Amino acid sequence: MLTNPMFLSMTILNGISIGMVIFVIAAGLTLILGVLRVLNFAHGAFFMLGGYVGWQVAEVWLDGVPGALWIAAIAAGLVLAVLALIIERTMLKHLYGREEYYQLLFTFALVLLINDAVKVIWGTDILTIAHPDSLRGAMDLGITFYPKYRLFLCAVGIVVAVLLWLLVSKTRWGRLTRAARMDREMLSALGVRVSLVYASVFVLGAMLAGIGGALAAADRSLYPGMDADIIVRTFIVVIIGGLGSLWGAFLGALILGLITAFGTVLVPEFELVLIYLMMIAILMFRPWGLLGREEAR
Amino acid sequence: MSPAIEARNAALVAIGAAAIFAAIPMFFGDFAVYLGAEILIYILFALAFNLMLGQGGLVSFGHAAYFAISGYALAILLTTYSWPFWPAFIAAIVLAGIAALVIGYFCIRLTAIYFAMLTLAFSQLVWAIAFKWDDVTGGDEGFIGVAVPVWLVEPSSFYYFALGTVLVAGTLLWVITHSAFGRVLRATKENPQRAEFLGLNVRRVRLVTFVISGTFTGIAGALFTLFNRSVFVESAWWTKSAEVLIMSILGGVGSFFGPALGAAVLILLDRAITEFTQYWPTVLGIILILVLFFLPDGLIGLFRRKRAEDGDELGDADPAPSRTPAE
Repeated sequence: MLTNPMFLSMTILNGISIGMVIFVIAAGLTLILGVLRVLNFAHGAFFMLGGYVGWQVAEVWLDGVPGALWIAAIAAGLVLAVLALIIERTMLKHLYGREEYYQLLFTFALVLLINDAVKVIWGTDILTIAHPDSLRGAMDLGITFYPKYRLFLCAVGIVVAVLLWLLVSKTRWGRLTRAARMDREMLSALGVRVSLVYASVFVLGAMLAGIGGALAAADRSLYPGMDADIIVRTFIVVIIGGLGSLWGAFLGALILGLITAFGTVLVPEFELVLIYLMMIAILMFRPWGLLGREEAR
Repeated sequence: MSPAIEARNAALVAIGAAAIFAAIPMFFGDFAVYLGAEILIYILFALAFNLMLGQGGLVSFGHAAYFAISGYALAILLTTYSWPFWPAFIAAIVLAGIAALVIGYFCIRLTAIYFAMLTLAFSQLVWAIAFKWDDVTGGDEGFIGVAVPVWLVEPSSFYYFALGTVLVAGTLLWVITHSAFGRVLRATKENPQRAEFLGLNVRRVRLVTFVISGTFTGIAGALFTLFNRSVFVESAWWTKSAEVLIMSILGGVGSFFGPALGAAVLILLDRAITEFTQYWPTVLGIILILVLFFLPDGLIGLFRRKRAEDGDELGDADPAPSRTPAE
């Protein structure tokens, strides 16, 4: 099957587009993990909620308006940012520095609450967002035709990666997050309000998940409980990439996407097993992940 | 508290609880017996889990694996291979212990979040195998119709069997916790570096703990199979691991009996609240947040606060545990 160049290139593109959607979620998760040292179980639920908010805006309030999806994505990002700010300021900030299972359970509680909220507001039907007119149909890539929207999702992943890298490595805010990661007390002694740095990282991560959720909802369907699968895959990406490493998450997302795409073709029943085996294999040789640093413990 | 008084108090708690459980079938109907058996199984699961979390400071996020492995093993040995009960029961538990040994061997090389995530990955691997290996496990549909021996078919006879097993296993766990090994384990939690300097092999201590905890979790898993007379793939899903973590923290990880209390309370609440609303997850989420913020010692902390001056029964009386240097 894979000797057919058209089929092969389609499978590769499938892998990349799956990987890039996961990357947008994983980028926020790894940033939060790296700086706040909080394992945010609710990140998949943020992604799901972003999808539902996007659906509400694009399919209900702005149905038929050209460019509704773009407005929906921005709205989803904003809603998630505000929600994250409230969660961080009122509750999460009191749990920093406690043992990790406190944060684990707190974010797990958020998962339960968000899932029920989604069920109450939007019901349990499967929902989808229509593709925007400009990205409908397939593009001729020479070897194969490929859905334009998925190519767009790939581009989104790459743009997010570059922007985040610029933000973290070139701006003052980025320097502060890196400093907070290394020595919180020292940074605070220098007069920086570390607590605000933490809040901004959490908000940015949630916003990314929200935007990603809305954009992905035009490619896959929305249903309550979809976050469980997403969060497990996102964790895998973050772990194999190295906790806190942006490019690690990028690499991990590509690997996971490609294994998913090829696994579905070659060993359809055991695609998931393949992913876990890959993760265990990587962790045995590099427990801190592909691009992570050995410290971090 | 001197060790002798501590042992006496623990024995009183255990005998009291056992007496209450033993009385249930005499006064209530099948529904209560059913509920009681489920609570007993989860009490054992939580006690086994908390040996790692409370005593060893090791956050396992994949204990569903051992629960499910022994559950499936017992179902398969009894039904597919028609083994007699006791060899099957013991083999299933031993298998959970072996799985814990293999998985633990890799996991104990990591600490804190990394450790938790690797245990999660292994348990998800177990889930994926159980889910996909249709011919052996029944896959999605579950393994239905386990050949439970005749003497365990009656609800009350299974109930007393579960009560006896949980009592024996719980006593063993208590003895391990309060043995020299238990003290060594707490030393590796409080200050792993110092324990290392004192000549302790921290990794080996953690691996042994992992195996003990996995084995006792296996006992709970085997009982669960007998209880349901079937095994479902949900047993291995990560929410099962989250459930036992919730039970332990709800009850209080710093105390031996805390997780048992947490298990009982959580199951009772689940049953009571699902009577009124389908939004049990919301209620659970709110309970979790309240416990995290207002009861950092868990429910058992409510009893303990009064006698805090007497000293803590296990000597780890920090209400809000701070991070150890290993993290």
